[in-house]
Amino acid sequence: MATEAIYPHRDPMLKKRDDFEDMLEERRNSSDLRYALRCYTPVLYKGLAPCKASMLKSMVLQSDQLHHVIGQVSRETGRAADDVQEEASAILEEMAHCLQLSTVRFFAFTLSKVFKTLFRSICVNEEGIQRLQQAIQEHPVVLLPSHRSYMDFLLMSYILYTYDIALPVIAAGMDFMGMKFVGEMLRMSGAFFIRRSFGGDKLYWSVFSEYVKTMLKNGFAPVEFFLEGTRSRTSKSLTPKLGLLNIVMDPYLKGEVYDINVVPVSISYERILEEALYAREMLGVPKPKESTSGLFKARKVLSEDYGSIHVYFGQPVSVRSLAQGRVNRCQFNLVPRHIPRRPSEEIQSFVNDSAYRLVRAQEENMVLKPWVLLASLLLQNHHQDQTAGQKRGMVLEELTAQAVWLRDMFREYGAFLHWPDHVPPSEVVSSSLSLHRGLVRVCEGRVQLAVEQGGQVKPGEPHSTVTPEEELLSQAVIVLSCASYRNQGLHVFLRPALLASAINAASSNLKQEVFNSFSFLRNMFSNEFILCPGATVQDFEEACYLLVKTGALQVTQQELLVTERGQRTVAFLTSMLDPFLQGYQVVCRFLCEEATENLTEKQFVPAVRKFIIKHLLAGRLRYTEVLSSDLQKNSLAALLRLGAVQKIKAAEQGTLKVNKVMVNSLEDTLGGRLPTQKAVGARL
Amino acid sequence: MASNSSGGGSSDRQRIAQQRLRIIAGHLQGPVDGDSAILAAECKAQGSKTDVCREGKTVPRRRQEIMKWNGWGYSDSKFLFNKKGQAEFTGKRYRLSGMIIPGLKDWMEGTFGANLQHKTPATPLLTSSAVQPATLNKAFLEELKSTGIPFSHDAEDRVFRAHGHCLHEIFALREGKFGRVPDMVVWPNCHNDVVKIVELACKHNVCVIPYGGGTSVSSALECPPEETRSIVSLDTSQMNRILWIDEKNLTAHVEAGIVGQDLERLLNESGYCTGHEPDSMEFSSLGGWVATRASGMKKNIYGNIEDLVIHIRMVTPRGVIEKSCQGPRMSTGPDIHHFIMGSEGTLGVVTEVTMKIRPMPEYQKYGSVVFPNFEQGVACLREVAKQRCAPASIRLMDNEQFKFGHALKPQVSSIFTSFLDGLKTFYITKFKGFDPNRLCVATLLFEGDREKVLQHEKQVYDIAAKFGGLAAGEDNGQRGYMLTFVIAYLRDLGMDYYVIGESFETSVPWDRVLDICRNVKARIIQECKDKGVQFPPLSTCRVTQTYDTGACVYFYFAFNYRGLSDPVHVYEQVEHAAREEILANGGSLSHHHGVGKLRKEWMRDTVSNVGVGMLKSVKDYVDPDNIFGNRNLL
Ligand SMILES: Cc1cc2nc3c(=O)[nH]c(=O)nc-3n(C[C@H](O)[C@H](O)[C@H](O)COP(=O)(O)OP(=O)(O)OC[C@H]3O[C@@H](n4cnc5c(N)ncnc54)[C@H](O)[C@@H]3O)c2cc1C
Repeated sequence: MATEAIYPHRDPMLKKRDDFEDMLEERRNSSDLRYALRCYTPVLYKGLAPCKASMLKSMVLQSDQLHHVIGQVSRETGRAADDVQEEASAILEEMAHCLQLSTVRFFAFTLSKVFKTLFRSICVNEEGIQRLQQAIQEHPVVLLPSHRSYMDFLLMSYILYTYDIALPVIAAGMDFMGMKFVGEMLRMSGAFFIRRSFGGDKLYWSVFSEYVKTMLKNGFAPVEFFLEGTRSRTSKSLTPKLGLLNIVMDPYLKGEVYDINVVPVSISYERILEEALYAREMLGVPKPKESTSGLFKARKVLSEDYGSIHVYFGQPVSVRSLAQGRVNRCQFNLVPRHIPRRPSEEIQSFVNDSAYRLVRAQEENMVLKPWVLLASLLLQNHHQDQTAGQKRGMVLEELTAQAVWLRDMFREYGAFLHWPDHVPPSEVVSSSLSLHRGLVRVCEGRVQLAVEQGGQVKPGEPHSTVTPEEELLSQAVIVLSCASYRNQGLHVFLRPALLASAINAASSNLKQEVFNSFSFLRNMFSNEFILCPGATVQDFEEACYLLVKTGALQVTQQELLVTERGQRTVAFLTSMLDPFLQGYQVVCRFLCEEATENLTEKQFVPAVRKFIIKHLLAGRLRYTEVLSSDLQKNSLAALLRLGAVQKIKAAEQGTLKVNKVMVNSLEDTLGGRLPTQKAVGARL
Repeated sequence: MASNSSGGGSSDRQRIAQQRLRIIAGHLQGPVDGDSAILAAECKAQGSKTDVCREGKTVPRRRQEIMKWNGWGYSDSKFLFNKKGQAEFTGKRYRLSGMIIPGLKDWMEGTFGANLQHKTPATPLLTSSAVQPATLNKAFLEELKSTGIPFSHDAEDRVFRAHGHCLHEIFALREGKFGRVPDMVVWPNCHNDVVKIVELACKHNVCVIPYGGGTSVSSALECPPEETRSIVSLDTSQMNRILWIDEKNLTAHVEAGIVGQDLERLLNESGYCTGHEPDSMEFSSLGGWVATRASGMKKNIYGNIEDLVIHIRMVTPRGVIEKSCQGPRMSTGPDIHHFIMGSEGTLGVVTEVTMKIRPMPEYQKYGSVVFPNFEQGVACLREVAKQRCAPASIRLMDNEQFKFGHALKPQVSSIFTSFLDGLKTFYITKFKGFDPNRLCVATLLFEGDREKVLQHEKQVYDIAAKFGGLAAGEDNGQRGYMLTFVIAYLRDLGMDYYVIGESFETSVPWDRVLDICRNVKARIIQECKDKGVQFPPLSTCRVTQTYDTGACVYFYFAFNYRGLSDPVHVYEQVEHAAREEILANGGSLSHHHGVGKLRKEWMRDTVSNVGVGMLKSVKDYVDPDNIFGNRNLL
């Protein structure tokens, strides 16, 4: 249970943030060609054993670990060891990067041109760069950028090249290899390619992990990968994937290096290039396969203004200090270190916790633009309008006033908000709106989401051909796009919002009850948001601390009381979370009402989507964003985790077995129709 | 080591005179009761008849007559900076004695940021009044007197036996601080004296701490401060005879108090050696080696103490433990010697030991190899171990120690020319592209008959060449081994100038050697920084022994403590962290220094709960009243 103690202040380091510098500025003032050809002499790891990419491969192929696994596979399958060795070598060929400075220079030149047309500025915290430079010399470095766009890793390399920092090697998904030419270009700029799934393939895993570890241990280059595994289509951080993190921490845990520096990098886009693409993907309009020609079709993209990018290189995190007191490294004393073993439970939980900490570090250093606030307000307004059956939008002045209110709240919550204080708020708002004119419409001094235009309907096409469902989906594209900007700021008030919703849901103001309700919601949403495992009490205290600090809440011995002036805050926070609450309930309802015996996992999303569309069209549901397949999958994952739904392994595909009683009770608890206690007793 | 210890002048004469007096006194002793009369008679008989040689022993009862009370080694030998500001080693005992070491000053200033202006001299004299008054057990004392076994409760004698040579122990002495010290010292002359002392100790509930050479580096000799009984330090130094030599079986039966240099010298006189040469052999004793599971430099040929011991006699509160025969190997349940070896004075007193001996080697040859870097050096040692062709000794110094060795080069002496001189310097650093900041050196010692040594030498150098090693001459090797004995004196010099340090060791599987060296050195540097040490520390290592499956690694760590209010505490924190790092990297708690009280906290993790239970139950059976109450190990 939460203690009386005031929430301990967050790491002060995170509060004091560095200043940014626009790296495009110089590009606009001097020759791109000279820049691309300039002398590049990065500082290197002090323990670097100089080695060429080709030597790297033979180091991997001759490693004890791979040798061991090849022997094992050969014994198990009866294949000749040479044969397996050859396969290993082929896997490595397919995987390995071949970083070439000339390619990097080519990219440096072309990207300079592209970036200058697309973006107003690319702002980088130079102190972070300096820290990184230091870190690279001391220990092997792992770069962990957030992942919101295809752009991310080219951008990273571009920045590192610009600042004369060792170029990273980057773990990339195999899907790029579909684009032959681009794939090879990326390979030459440092990307190496991993198959998306290779579950039980020992040999593949072994080549892959040895390859990454060899590069890391020898300080060949910083290793870069995306902790979130894939691009977040919603701008919410994704639950971290642990595979690669496990691999890069292994050399430290086994004593092969003294330490490893992990550097979280937060890349925030004022406008995401893939904005509408993502929304369509989540609505079930199939994702276009990444093909080279597809990329070129995106040339239209080049003519638009995508605002600015902020890249924040976070404080390097020492794996040694993360593991201090958590992992007993003696566990590797009794088995040769090159024999692959499943990580112990201790290590799994350590890596998992570390992953969450790192994703949170990414979140906290993510720069938020005024548009994030506007999108949040406009979405809420949109929902209110819908409930009221009106389509009025917001008066511009009102929007500005609310944005200022929200800005101050954001700041008090410690958000990394980039709001130009020297510009009058009205100007900030209008320039923000104009950048995102595809999503909002300003008309007669009122602002609303641009859902009316019918999104994708081409001019000239008669309206009548559009079915209500199509109409709905095209509105949803706008709403989901907007929601993705709102999501950028979600992490800032996620904990207070959970508390606000808990206060709403709890049957009394008793602290214990609110806490129960909080802990229920937190548990429910832990696939949806980044909530560190096992940190319920800490999160609760943080939420209380923030709400008390902003005067929205009074905490007594026994009770939590929302103050007079806190009502507005609590209302705002609650409605932030409401779409998710509603969404999860709808999914529950679907599972209770419509799920058949042999519903497969694959069929789940289309089926639930159909169900939701029906409800939306019937006006029984107001949140279009519930159509997001992301939300649907997350809620299913939560239900699976809680045991309310089970996966049954059937002949071909897993089917979902629904425990209707339980799903029902979860739905009722989410809807506040059932006190939390019951649910707690039932399962949580 | 000291070339000859009998040149001690007046103090030596005194010592010999005293020894005579003691023997005479022994003759004059009247019998107390029947039993002890017989025992005493046996004791005498042994002394006069079977003793192979009893003259020329190094250690007098009053050790302070020849040794420092607050530092390492002989009083007459020490490093100092002379009036010209040059380092010099005093005395006549060692080859380095009387020489100027020009490079040492620069090295100390450069490595530690030390400064000759900033001195931290030791308290010159031991003030007896600062020593806690002795807690004497009257009844024990009375009965002891009647046995005629010499004893003392003189403050100097007691302080001398209250410590080993851990940094904190010597640091406190230099500051004139004494904690709990033994209340009296006894000097048994033979096994039977020990039997009597232990009987009396049991009868009167007195705590006994065996004391051999006093070279412990594990806090093993420290008196537990919580001990309220009278503490008796049982100094074995006068039990120092070789009782017999058996040339048929190549064994010698020796009293456990003999120190290494005497044992070797006396055996050499008969054409034999044990070949057991720990770096502390000038002062450490046979009993101490057994009690700590010691390891000698030349173990590759002769083995460690556990390989050398054939028979052990130990007096315990339950009686005497020993085997009934001297078979070279036995299958008679767990080897009881292994309860004794490493018991660290917690079970009883080792009084006599039968050891293997070997004919003295016909030929000895030193050597050295320079490697471009430490990694190559380790790879070479691994290969040498794999081929089982390790010379009597092979040690690999890292780059910092290589530089340190260089700094200790004395001014003029043919054997002291360094390979960095002249053409060779040029050769190594320029032609071969060896980076002087990365290269490292291995020193070698070959022993045996001439032809085999030369063959062996070639084999080793051929292997070294495969790992980029260049032969760097005999002189460097020899110098390296000679420095072994004077290095211990250097710490005292450091302590005169704000520099404190120590070495510690571990053993580790081959695949971990490089990792452990890197990580422990880095950890030391990081911890110093974190603990506010103002100057970069010296953090270096060497691989000193090779085995089939792993190696013994030594770490040396020292720093300038100016600006720190509690340097010893900082030192201990860093050493603690370094040990944790060793354990986390697959290293052992100790290869040969033992556990003592310094490393006790890790015993459980090291040998498991059941293991600790086993050891405990042995202790409980053998010594239920904790007479041997030094509280080591458990
Ligand atoms: C400069 C230096 C170099 C060293 N080099 C080496 C080395 O190369 N190899 C190595 O192994 N060690 C080395 N040591 C450590 C030390 O010399 C050994 O541990 C040695 O075996 C201790 O012997 P000692 O006679 O000095 O014993 P002490 O220091 O007197 O005692 C050590 C422990 O043994 C017990 N003990 C002593 N004698 C007996 C006995 N007769 N019966 C029962 N218990 C007894 C004591 O109670 C104590 O617990 C070194 C130490 C120093 C200071």
